[in-house]
Amino acid sequence: MMTTSSIANPTDAAIVLRNVTGGYTNRPIVSDVSLEIPQGAFVGLVGPSGAGKTSLLKAMLGTLPRVSGEIILNGVPVRSGTPPAGIGYVPQTETVDWTFPVTVEQVVMMGRIRSMGMLPWASRKDRAAVAETLERLGIGGLAGRHIRDLSGGQQQRVFIARALIGSPRLVLLDEPTASVDIKTRDDILHLLVDLNLDGTTIVMTTHELNAVAAHLPWVVCVNGGIVAQGHPRDAFTNAILSKTFGAPMRVLVDEQTGGILVAEGHDHGPFGDRLIVAAGGQPSAIGAAAAPLPLSAD
Amino acid sequence: MNYLTEPLQYEFFRNGVMAATIIGALCGLLGVYITLRKMSYIGHGLSHSVFGGAVVSFLMGINFYIGAGLWGFLSAVLINRAARKHAIGADAAIGIITTASFALGVALISRSRSFTRNFEAALFGNILGVTRQDIIIIAAVSTVVAIAVFLAYKQLLFATFDPEISNIYGVPTNWVETGFALAIAAAIVASLNVVGATLIAATIAIPPTTARLITDSFGKMIVLSTIIGALCGLGGMFASYWFDMASGASIVLLSAAVFAAVLGITSLRGALARRHVPAPLAAPTPVTAAAGD
Repeated sequence: MMTTSSIANPTDAAIVLRNVTGGYTNRPIVSDVSLEIPQGAFVGLVGPSGAGKTSLLKAMLGTLPRVSGEIILNGVPVRSGTPPAGIGYVPQTETVDWTFPVTVEQVVMMGRIRSMGMLPWASRKDRAAVAETLERLGIGGLAGRHIRDLSGGQQQRVFIARALIGSPRLVLLDEPTASVDIKTRDDILHLLVDLNLDGTTIVMTTHELNAVAAHLPWVVCVNGGIVAQGHPRDAFTNAILSKTFGAPMRVLVDEQTGGILVAEGHDHGPFGDRLIVAAGGQPSAIGAAAAPLPLSAD
Repeated sequence: MNYLTEPLQYEFFRNGVMAATIIGALCGLLGVYITLRKMSYIGHGLSHSVFGGAVVSFLMGINFYIGAGLWGFLSAVLINRAARKHAIGADAAIGIITTASFALGVALISRSRSFTRNFEAALFGNILGVTRQDIIIIAAVSTVVAIAVFLAYKQLLFATFDPEISNIYGVPTNWVETGFALAIAAAIVASLNVVGATLIAATIAIPPTTARLITDSFGKMIVLSTIIGALCGLGGMFASYWFDMASGASIVLLSAAVFAAVLGITSLRGALARRHVPAPLAAPTPVTAAAGD
C-alpha cells in the first residue's frame, strides 16, 4: 500500500486520521483508517457506492458515530458529535430539498451564520460578503433567484459558495460533480483547482475516475478502509482499481495526451451475448429490450 | 353591519374571537416550520398526546396547562429523537408515540369510575368555555413563541432547510430542536380548548401550505401564513355564530375553503402562463444513430 510522505508535526496537516473506525459497533462503515492530508492539498476520495467515502467526510466533521480512533483537523482534535469550526462542507445535491422556499442569497448566507448578529435580517456587510462570493464563483446576479430555478452547475456553485463564505482553510465536498454534464463537471473541477491554488485544502469524494485522473494530484482509493493512495498515475492501476471497485478495471494510457483513462475490464456489458441483431444483420449493442435503431453512415 | 357587530356584544364571543385569532396566528407561524420539515401530522399526533397528558394531570390534581404542556413537550422531544433514526422516520415516530399517549388517556378514563370531567371540549374544542385566564395564557404563549422565532429566525431557517448540515456550520441543533419542540407543545396545549385535539392539525398545516402556493420567499411565507391563520380564526368564529356550528369545525372549513380558492387561482394562473409560452419555431431535427466508426 502506498502512503503519503509522513507529516512530522500533525499541526502542519490539514487532516490527520489515526486508526479511525466509524459507524456502529456491530456494523462499522469504515475500519481502521489512518490518513494524513497536508495543508494546501487537493485530494479525491474514490470508491464504489457504499465504500464509505461520505462516511469518511462525516467522520472528519465529527458527525459520524465513532467507535475508535483519533481525528485532528487543522491541529484541533475533533470530538464525536461536535463539528469543528472553520470547515466548509458541500453536501450531495441529492440531499437538498429544491422546493424549499429559499433564495440563493439566503442559502449562501447560512455559511456565515457564526459571524452574523442577533437580528433576523442580514446586515449590509453580510450581503456584501455574499455578493462578493457569488461574483467570485461566477454566479453574481443570481442572489434573488429561487434555488430551484438554477441549472445543475449553478446549484452546485451555490453550495460551494456557502462553504467558502466563511473563508475556511479546509473544504470538504461530497460528490460535487454528480448529476451534472461533462462541461459543468469540468467547470466545477477547474473552479476547485483555482480555490486550491489560492491555498484552500480541498477533499472531495467522487466516483468519476477519469475526471479525477485528469484534474487531481492525489487520490485515495476507499472501500471500507483505504486501499491505496497516491498520484493517479501511481494509484490507478488495474490491480488497485479492481480491488477498490470489486470489479475488473483496466487503466489505459491516452497516446495523444499521455493521460490515463479508466475502463471497465469486461469485454462486454451486462447485456453480454444478448446483442440485438438489426435488420441489416449488423449487431447493435443498444439493449435487450429496445427496438433496433436504424444505422446510417454519416 | 349588524351581522358583524351583533355577536360582539356577547363576552363569550369576544373571548372566543380573541382566542381563535391569536391561536390562528400562532399555529400559522409555527406551521411554516412544521410543514417545511414535512411533519404536518405532528400537530394531529401531539394534540392526541396532550389529551393523554390532560387526563393524567387531572387525575393527579396538577394544573392542566403545566401537566399537559410538559407531557406534550416530552412527546415532541421523543418524536424528534426517534424521527432522526432512519430506521423509524418521522411519520412512524409520530404515530407510535402520540397514539400510545392518547391510549393511556383513554385507558385511565375507562378505569376511573369517578371521572366526571367532560373531555369533549379537549377533543372537539369549546370556544364558548374560553375564559379571561385562557386568553392571558394564549397571549403569553404566543408572545414568547413569536419573540423566540424572531430571535432564532436564521438558526430555525437553516435547521429546517438542512438539519444535518446546519450543525456543521455552528447552529446548536439540539437546542434549536428542543426549543422548537417546547414551542409546538405550548401552542398545542394553548389551542386545545379552541379548536380541539381532532382539528389542530388543520390549523397548523393549512395556512402555511396556502402561503407556500402564493410565495417562493421564506420570509413572506411566514408573514402570509400568520395572517391567513389569524384571519381564518377570526372569520371562522363569525361563521360559527352565523351558521350555528362548532367553532373548531368552522375555522378549519374556512381555512380549507381559502386553501382551495388559492389553489384554484394559482393553478389557473399557471395554466394561463403555460399557454403563453411561444411554441418552438421548428420541429426538432430527427436523430439517427451514427454507424460504428
